[in-house]
Amino acid sequence: MSTETLTIGKALNLGLRKAMEDDAKVVLMGEDIGKLGGVFRITDGLQKDFGEARVVDTPLAEAGILGTAVGLAMRGYRPVCEIQFDGFVFPAYNQIVTQVAKMHARSKGRLPMPIVIRIPFGGGIGAVEHHSESPEAYFAHTAGLKVVAVSNPVDAYWGIQQAIAHPDPIVFLEPKRRYWEKAEVDTDATPDPLFASRVVRGGDDVTVLAYGPMVKTALQAAEAVAEEGRSLEVVDLRTVSPLDLEPVFESVRRTGRCVVVHEAPVTLGLGAEIAARVTESCFHSLEAPVLRVGGFDTPYPPSKLEEEYLPDLDRVLDAVDRAMEF
Amino acid sequence: MTALPETTEMVDPVPGADAPHLPQRSELVQLLTPEGERVEHPDYALEISDEELRNLYRDLVLVRRWDVEATALQRQGELGIWASLLGQEAAQIGAGRAMAADDMAFPTYREHGVAWTRGVDPLHVISLFRGVDNGGWDPVATGFNLYTVVIGAQCLHATGYAMGLQRDGAENATLAFLGDGATSQGEVNEAMIWAASFSAPVVFFCQNNQYAISVPLERQSRVPLYQRAAGFGFPGVRVDGNDVLAVLAVTRQALQAAREGQGPTFIEAFTYRMGAHTTSDDPTRYRLASELEEWKLRDPIARLKAHLSRQDKADAAFFESVEREADQLAERIRGGTVDMPDPDPAAMFDTVYAEQTPWLAAQRDEFVAYRASFEEAGE
Repeated sequence: MSTETLTIGKALNLGLRKAMEDDAKVVLMGEDIGKLGGVFRITDGLQKDFGEARVVDTPLAEAGILGTAVGLAMRGYRPVCEIQFDGFVFPAYNQIVTQVAKMHARSKGRLPMPIVIRIPFGGGIGAVEHHSESPEAYFAHTAGLKVVAVSNPVDAYWGIQQAIAHPDPIVFLEPKRRYWEKAEVDTDATPDPLFASRVVRGGDDVTVLAYGPMVKTALQAAEAVAEEGRSLEVVDLRTVSPLDLEPVFESVRRTGRCVVVHEAPVTLGLGAEIAARVTESCFHSLEAPVLRVGGFDTPYPPSKLEEEYLPDLDRVLDAVDRAMEF
Repeated sequence: MTALPETTEMVDPVPGADAPHLPQRSELVQLLTPEGERVEHPDYALEISDEELRNLYRDLVLVRRWDVEATALQRQGELGIWASLLGQEAAQIGAGRAMAADDMAFPTYREHGVAWTRGVDPLHVISLFRGVDNGGWDPVATGFNLYTVVIGAQCLHATGYAMGLQRDGAENATLAFLGDGATSQGEVNEAMIWAASFSAPVVFFCQNNQYAISVPLERQSRVPLYQRAAGFGFPGVRVDGNDVLAVLAVTRQALQAAREGQGPTFIEAFTYRMGAHTTSDDPTRYRLASELEEWKLRDPIARLKAHLSRQDKADAAFFESVEREADQLAERIRGGTVDMPDPDPAAMFDTVYAEQTPWLAAQRDEFVAYRASFEEAGE
């Protein structure tokens, strides 16, 4: 057993390194990912060790990153594209939605697109506009894509490797404000499957669902209500598309209450889809409507207001109270 | 609201026309005049046998017949839509025949002539326009990517594929097809920046057919398109797109340069869309009949036929045999189209992913059961 204490950022770095060692077709592409090692240093040292042909400092053009990744994938490569910040993915949106997502179906399976699109997402870092967004619903709504959102170093280390080895295109969301969170990572372990949710804390009163940066918030909420004698079951969804909801249904049938937490605006967000599916599958077990805690239907606000905008411990607790009192 | 200022007259890109603020030398590479006279160009020598000339003629005639047949099939309700290549046969056949077997083409949705040169079955192109699939051919085996409908996206794919060729040490190149309208797309410009920065073995082949559906070139560019290449840092050349020999020579040279590591070239094949943008379009609303008449005099097939006849490089029997072959092709296309089976409805679920998701598999099962319920009910 080989266990290390790693931050999410370092776990991603080691996971990328491992993936590049395992498969010579893996090519990293992105802005400032070479010499600089990326603005979050996730690719630190990789260009030095793997060379400029495998860690490509690209022109400043996100559509170019994804569009050339399509061509490289057609040629048998496995491009891993770094989008510097969530809000910068939109220049590449056309390529992702009209090409990356559809090429496999268009070609009747002849042109697989094993492309990973790494995006640091979410707020809470005091940044300027376009640096704090949660665009997962756009991608989850697009057939042909898969969307993963990791919450911890263990999933970061294994998840990035599993995503790179996977034959379908994956939007890989990294919780940027948690990049520096640490945990023990056993690099010899057998990892959990990529597209599986996980119950991270058992409980009986309310099922709380989260992914990415909100998992920590949900766990804090569970800790807080425990002092009041209530218990929350917290599920880390881990994958946003496809959703793995069987464990959630099982949990909700027991608790009768469900709260979904994400930073993205609630309207037509993942919570809306989850609420619908939970309602369809657990209708007779529900003691309260599925509640959503998320961002408001506003543009992400200037950073002096982001603490007001982002779901936090209190807003999760408020939703838990409402679910209990219903 | 104040009116927009009148746009100033654009450089007339028609060869020979006045363009007072541009060099007046002839910038159009031409090896065969509209009258069918063979001319030499100092930069583009072309050694070509009589048999090769006859083969090019055959290509041109067959793809035009395919195109005419497809338009007729659309009119008869057998195709949802058809994007005609009428008038652009020489540009496409010349470019396609310049490619090596292991080169890779990245077409838009009008490159039927290039498809022909890559050995793609016309019925595999027709199936797209009939709504049976999104193109039935194997892009890897043919070296001809599937049609790209969102304008310009394919230029980045061609560039990325070329970057893959570089990494593989392969001595091949990609040929990216685009139109005059596409040159306004950001992705096309990004592709040219990337291609230049990485010296990627890609050739951008722009068929300037003068219109992006209804919008004339003047709205896309204030300079002749081939001159844009200079701004990206690689050569640009304008070729007579209705001259199959010139297109062949220019494209061959550009592809060879790319294969040898000299980076990209931008080719502007100056041509004209003789027909509508697609069968849904009405070009009489935006262009003059006189313009069409003028371009008819530059017809790509007529000039090669004139050349072959006058130089005794082909006889009447040859021309007749090509006509017969064209008739047979049209018949095969017609029969194959009418007999083409509809796709299995459940198949739409099957290749969304390489690894099917449980959710989509369940949706498929539900759909199949739902359909079956009608059959059980005898409806």
